[in-house]
Amino acid sequence: MIQAIAFYIFALVVLLSGAMTIASRNPVHSVLWLILAFFNAAGLMVLVGAEFIAMLLVIVYVGAVAVLFLFVVMMLDIDFASLRAGFVRYFGIGLVLAVALVAEILIGVFAWDAGGIELSRRAAPVDAGVPNITAVGYLLYTRYLFIFEAAGFVLLVAMIGAIVLTHRERSGSRYQNIARQVARRPQDATRNVRPEIGQGVQL
Amino acid sequence: MSAGGVGLIHYLVVAALLFTMGVLGIFLNRKNIIVILMAIELILLAVNINLVAFSAALNDLVGQVFAMFVLTVAAGEAAIGLAILVIFFRGRGSISVDDPSRMKG
Repeated sequence: MIQAIAFYIFALVVLLSGAMTIASRNPVHSVLWLILAFFNAAGLMVLVGAEFIAMLLVIVYVGAVAVLFLFVVMMLDIDFASLRAGFVRYFGIGLVLAVALVAEILIGVFAWDAGGIELSRRAAPVDAGVPNITAVGYLLYTRYLFIFEAAGFVLLVAMIGAIVLTHRERSGSRYQNIARQVARRPQDATRNVRPEIGQGVQL
Repeated sequence: MSAGGVGLIHYLVVAALLFTMGVLGIFLNRKNIIVILMAIELILLAVNINLVAFSAALNDLVGQVFAMFVLTVAAGEAAIGLAILVIFFRGRGSISVDDPSRMKG
């Protein structure tokens, strides 16, 4: 019973905040609604016992991606009112497409639910005695090791790409000149002085 | 999976609606690339919900492993997309989708 209540609360909030994400006037509000959607989707995933993915969703999406969105939205000085010009114009065709799409997906879902589709052998059956994170770790670091490393490379390429794209040389900044630093000798850099007592030093 | 009368089908319906909302968001915010990127994130979230729901319903962990890879790609895509957005804004002073059609080379 409690599961059903939790599911309906999470599902309702996910759908509502998803709708507000695409409909709110201010992109900052959009990002905040997106964060709410991610949190409640994580709740949905906890309900079916996928704790690892749920925590990953909170950490990666809310902690990194949504904050990245927030930074960009606030950093760019954009007149957002003019960007909403086509909202009403595209509402009709968008709604028609959305209704067609959801009808198609729901037909697929209910056809699947009606049965008759032969499923293949389980690739990695869940062992009830092993915690979710442990089981996912076993799979990731054995059978899917190379795919896991490939995912790491995807992130590396994304990181380097983002840095290369947004990096720009600023005029007037002072950079470290390593050759000059290495070539510097003690006699160029220091001098011996013998200040008179009570006279102070001249620098 | 079907604890308290909540089954796979409930999750699939939620994911279907969320996916559709993402597609609708791309249509509604034709001019605002930031919201389009957010709509794409919503679509990928719906895909992840589907993968995890099937993983739980079929007692097969591969769905969750795959959801992690989808998450990875989504994070990379958001980073690259926003980086392109930032340099586009620097060069042009706006982020309207109609403008990139004038981009050259």
